[in-house]
Amino acid sequence: MKSLEELKAIRIKMQGQVGLRSEDSTQTRVVVGMATCGIASGARPVLTTLSDAVQSKQLKNVVVTQTGCIGLCQYEPIVEVFEPGKEKITYVHMNPEKALDVVNKHLIGGHPVTSYMLQSSEA
Amino acid sequence: MFRSHVLVCGGTGCTSSGSQKVMDKLNKELKRKNLETEVCVVPTGCHGLCALGPIMIVYPDGTLYTKVTEEDIPEIVEEHLLKGRPVERLVYDETVSETGLRSLNETNFYKKQHRIALRNCGIINPENIDEYIGTGGYEALGKVLTEMKPQDVIQTLIDSGLRGRGGAGFPTGRKWQFAAMNEADQKYVCCNADEGDPGAFMDRSVLEGDPHVVLEAMAIAGYAIGSTQGYIYVRAEYPIAVQRLTIAIKQAKEYGLLGEHIFDTDFSFDIELRLGAGAFVCGEETALMRSIEGNRGEPRPRPPFPAVKGLFDKPTILNNVETWANIPQIILNGPEWFSSMGTEKSKGTKVFALGGKIRNTGLVEIPMGTTLREIIFDIGGGIPNGKKFKAAQTGGPSGGCISAENLDVPIDYDNLIKIGSMMGSGGLIVMDEDNCMVDIAKFFLQFTVDESCGKCTPCRVGTKRMLEILDKITSGKATMDDLDKLEELCYHVKENSLCALGQSAPNPVLSTLRYFRDEYVAHIVDKRCPAGVCKALLSYKIDPDKCRGCTLCARNCPVGAITGVVREPHVIDHEKCIKCGTCMDNCKFGAISKE
Repeated sequence: MKSLEELKAIRIKMQGQVGLRSEDSTQTRVVVGMATCGIASGARPVLTTLSDAVQSKQLKNVVVTQTGCIGLCQYEPIVEVFEPGKEKITYVHMNPEKALDVVNKHLIGGHPVTSYMLQSSEA
Repeated sequence: MFRSHVLVCGGTGCTSSGSQKVMDKLNKELKRKNLETEVCVVPTGCHGLCALGPIMIVYPDGTLYTKVTEEDIPEIVEEHLLKGRPVERLVYDETVSETGLRSLNETNFYKKQHRIALRNCGIINPENIDEYIGTGGYEALGKVLTEMKPQDVIQTLIDSGLRGRGGAGFPTGRKWQFAAMNEADQKYVCCNADEGDPGAFMDRSVLEGDPHVVLEAMAIAGYAIGSTQGYIYVRAEYPIAVQRLTIAIKQAKEYGLLGEHIFDTDFSFDIELRLGAGAFVCGEETALMRSIEGNRGEPRPRPPFPAVKGLFDKPTILNNVETWANIPQIILNGPEWFSSMGTEKSKGTKVFALGGKIRNTGLVEIPMGTTLREIIFDIGGGIPNGKKFKAAQTGGPSGGCISAENLDVPIDYDNLIKIGSMMGSGGLIVMDEDNCMVDIAKFFLQFTVDESCGKCTPCRVGTKRMLEILDKITSGKATMDDLDKLEELCYHVKENSLCALGQSAPNPVLSTLRYFRDEYVAHIVDKRCPAGVCKALLSYKIDPDKCRGCTLCARNCPVGAITGVVREPHVIDHEKCIKCGTCMDNCKFGAISKE
């Protein structure tokens, strides 16, 4: 390594990774239902897609984690987004493509993707 | 990319309670479940909660598992890492609240802590330089080399108010200033990692958990004083620390962060390890440097101070591991940031190794000015088994005891000296009502007698005579004249010894005499040990009213000192009794007592 730029490049590359280990209550939590029902309907690729996208796009304020059965097994895979001070948003029947959409439009753009949300799919 | 990181403590504490096996099993189990590309296992340094090891933290949710065994791993992988349901029976009970799991930072153990020196310990993989860089590592070195003049670096340290964490508390910036002012063809930068106080393991944890921070800080010092060579003197009894330092130095050299023309500047700096063979006196700076030179580790009189004539007779600075660990953060955040923490004359934080009669044995870092009460009762969780606090010992064999009346004194360098103890390197041993203070003083004095290098008479002979008097006291053969003689000897050894080892050796005796003189008197006059520790003054007795004659005591007595007929009260033969206490431990009726 011969320059500060190279050092910075390593830092940026590592930050997403090491940043996963911080604890901050102002973070947005993205939770994927990973009970048997969720896994059976394909929650695992959804989880990994979300996690990869959040890290590669360096969304420092977002954590992706998993939870057990949310109780709406027929809607799995389910993804819930908890933003501090806002109502929980529940996305249903997710797949990796939809998950990327949520990352881009909701987590980055700030606009929830209404077409994937629980209410609209019921309608 | 990984969606979850599982941090497993690889410090000495957790390693000895089996964390390596846990880690191996975890890797195997993740592979079996095809999770190895989603979940990564990171070996880290010490988290501080050594009593509850092996410790494991799962991120991003931050769940802390304690006392994890190999057998628990399949359940954790299946339930938590796959399905996202924390295994509650293993979760650190302090984090369990009615509304679900609390963040670690909200637990009593971590709430009052402020981690600067331990910033990365337990967070990063110490064997991966990229992780250190990921938390801002080597940026301070970059800043110093490209933006600051050597004098700016020294001024920053002077302004920060950082004082040496090895025990004496000399202002670090001033030490560097002296070395910088002395012209020489070569100067040296040394790291004192010869941590030897019984019960102290702060430096070990930093070296094991964050070795690069020491390398970075030493390179900064090299630039500031004009040195190109550093030495780390680390004891060979710290194999994990030695191994991680070796890896860290190799990685830093590969990245060009040590070696020639660092960051494409004219500055070059190299670091070598020197292993100490475990002599306590080698923690003394002049003895340490003699040992690095390859000579017998013995101190020499000062002046000349190392900043003038140190290693190989060249200007040298020597700082303790914890001192080094603070420096990169001071450079990055500025001196005002650091001096905003702590008390008027002691800035920043201090790491303490909690040990003895305390619930949360382990490592804590607190702002200077925190009281002993907060450390012991809030962070440390208090005294186990409902016993009463008696005293805390700081500074190891060079320090003294702090009694209950001083629990609310804000801890800093000057206050501790005022109450007859000293900061020392940070060992903090808690004692309860079952500890005999004369016995404690004897323990520490035994240590200094063993470790005295023998070069000067007051230390070599004086400490030995002091120990003999203490022996007399604890065996009930002393008179009050002996006590006066002991006290006189204390001052004599303190005044006349060559180095800090001898000068501070009487401290444990003097401070226990100051606060617990009545215990000494009880041993001498009443021939009684109030805490029931000193064997020669104890006698065990069987209460004939309570004894059922079950024969359990007689069968367990290793020397056959107990006799009696079945279902009849038994008797102890005091001539044969070796006062081991086995009978008392075995009695189911509470019929045996000691006094």
